[in-house]
Amino acid sequence: MENLKALAYELRKNTVDIIVNGGGGHIGGDMSVMDALVTLYFDEMNISPDNADDPNRDRFIMSKGHSVESLYAVLAKKGFFPLEEVLDKFSKFGSQYIGHPNNKLPGIEMNSGSLGHGLPVGVGMALAGKMNKAPYRVYVVMGDGELAEGSVWEGAMSGHNYNLDNLCAIVDRNHLQISGNTEDVMKQDSQAERWKAFGWNVIEIDDGNDIGKLKAAFKQAREHKGDPSVIISNTVKGCGSPVMENKASWHHHVPSEDEYKEIMKDLEERREAALK
Amino acid sequence: MNKIHNRKIICDVLLEAAAKDRDVVALCSDSRGSASMTPFFEQFPEQAVEVGIAEQDLVGIAAGLAKCGKKPFAFSPACFLSTRSYEQAKIDCAYSNTNVKLIGISGGVSYGALGMSHHSAQDIAAMSAIPNMRVYLPSDRHLTRHLTEALLKDEKCAYVRTGRNPVEDVYESVEACPFTMDKANVLTEGDDIAIIATGEMVYPALNAAKLLKAEGIGAAAVDMYCIKPLDVDTILKVSQKVKAVITVEEHSPFGGLGSMVAQVISENCPKKVKNLALPDAPVITGNSREVFDHYGLNAEGIASVAKELLK
Repeated sequence: MENLKALAYELRKNTVDIIVNGGGGHIGGDMSVMDALVTLYFDEMNISPDNADDPNRDRFIMSKGHSVESLYAVLAKKGFFPLEEVLDKFSKFGSQYIGHPNNKLPGIEMNSGSLGHGLPVGVGMALAGKMNKAPYRVYVVMGDGELAEGSVWEGAMSGHNYNLDNLCAIVDRNHLQISGNTEDVMKQDSQAERWKAFGWNVIEIDDGNDIGKLKAAFKQAREHKGDPSVIISNTVKGCGSPVMENKASWHHHVPSEDEYKEIMKDLEERREAALK
Repeated sequence: MNKIHNRKIICDVLLEAAAKDRDVVALCSDSRGSASMTPFFEQFPEQAVEVGIAEQDLVGIAAGLAKCGKKPFAFSPACFLSTRSYEQAKIDCAYSNTNVKLIGISGGVSYGALGMSHHSAQDIAAMSAIPNMRVYLPSDRHLTRHLTEALLKDEKCAYVRTGRNPVEDVYESVEACPFTMDKANVLTEGDDIAIIATGEMVYPALNAAKLLKAEGIGAAAVDMYCIKPLDVDTILKVSQKVKAVITVEEHSPFGGLGSMVAQVISENCPKKVKNLALPDAPVITGNSREVFDHYGLNAEGIASVAKELLK
């Protein structure tokens, strides 16, 4: 089996290159969510270019759409499009590779960008699966700052109402948003209690950058029947290099030349360590 | 007087379709009664989705269903559907190109005395400004049937506004109602003035043309149910010879049918375009008929404006 931990560091490097080449991007959230994406795309979900039109494929929605660069790196690795094309075109004039998911590109189901849209759409997808007695599962990745959007809770309500155990939400709980600490901007404490109160099966992992823990959480969600599951995945924003870790200012900072060198060195060291 | 409202016709067509196609689904936001969709929820509970009072969820869920092969019709009062869930209409439906049919019920000033919170006098402007969103305001029950049947056959999103109350028949029967998708119906021919109306304003526009004819004035009355894509060819066809054009709509004076027609006329055959619409203010308290009469949105009011323009 592929070393997913090492892969996550390799794809972080690609993500940093995409951002630097495009001159913009949301690097902090890309780094925090990468391990969840790698676990989903390379272990949990049955999504690949070969089954892109299969009605029984799993469905994925990147509701925190600003972390699209990490998704591009993952989808390129999956073979949906060449990494070189993303590196060449991201954010450039006339490009399809824009700063939020866009379903004109292969591998992307729904457009996002404005927060709070993914969960209701995921509910609709899961509901269609139930109606058709289809085996697929639906995964929605949200940010923790995103949870301030009221529409998230409308979706949470309906996911429970329709007992959508084929729906799994992932909260990338990196504790930071553009203005600073989530708890200073709008309290997002007691997430487990909040989701439980909405009738969800809650799985909280203390280290959402640990692929082993993520795998176990997805398995637990898959095996739980009768309710939708949410994985509250406590992560480190900017995970991969001390240059950017846990710094709100790196929400959408583009590394300078020196920062780039240091970050790439750190990521490579962690990738090599993961291979040992 | 016709007693069957347009929303019941939509339900009838969907009942027929749902019996043959299990992918036809209906969603309501605690609005199944207002939408006349109770029979659908009773007869096809497996194809009916209740989301509660949550319009953003309504449209998001509809988009998710559509993305997985369903043919969702999402019903909610037009006032809420076109504003509360506007961003879902923009991103989850139009931008993501999902096959969601948004049905705005009790549109315009249908809710009368309930006030501005319940009026949708901005929906044409709002929905038309979204790329890839189509906008339709059927005039009567017969055209509503044709339109709903056509919408079931295509796979693009659309917003439809219907009123709450039964409206008089513009066409004698379904068979007598010409229908080509996105082509307006020219109801009367005339070389003096053109009256282009949409939705519930088509019936008074047709009657205004009849009043004018009795006075020797030739008025072309047009049922522009297709606001977007707007039938530009028909606008130009009826407007070429006439001295002036009147537009009539149950909508704000900004960004609706009047604005669109004026844009077409000014680009192609400049002449006077008079826009009859609701005021840019909360409307006076009253039922639809009282409100329309108050603002001259009736046959006599339209005919009077026509004569003034032709002086």
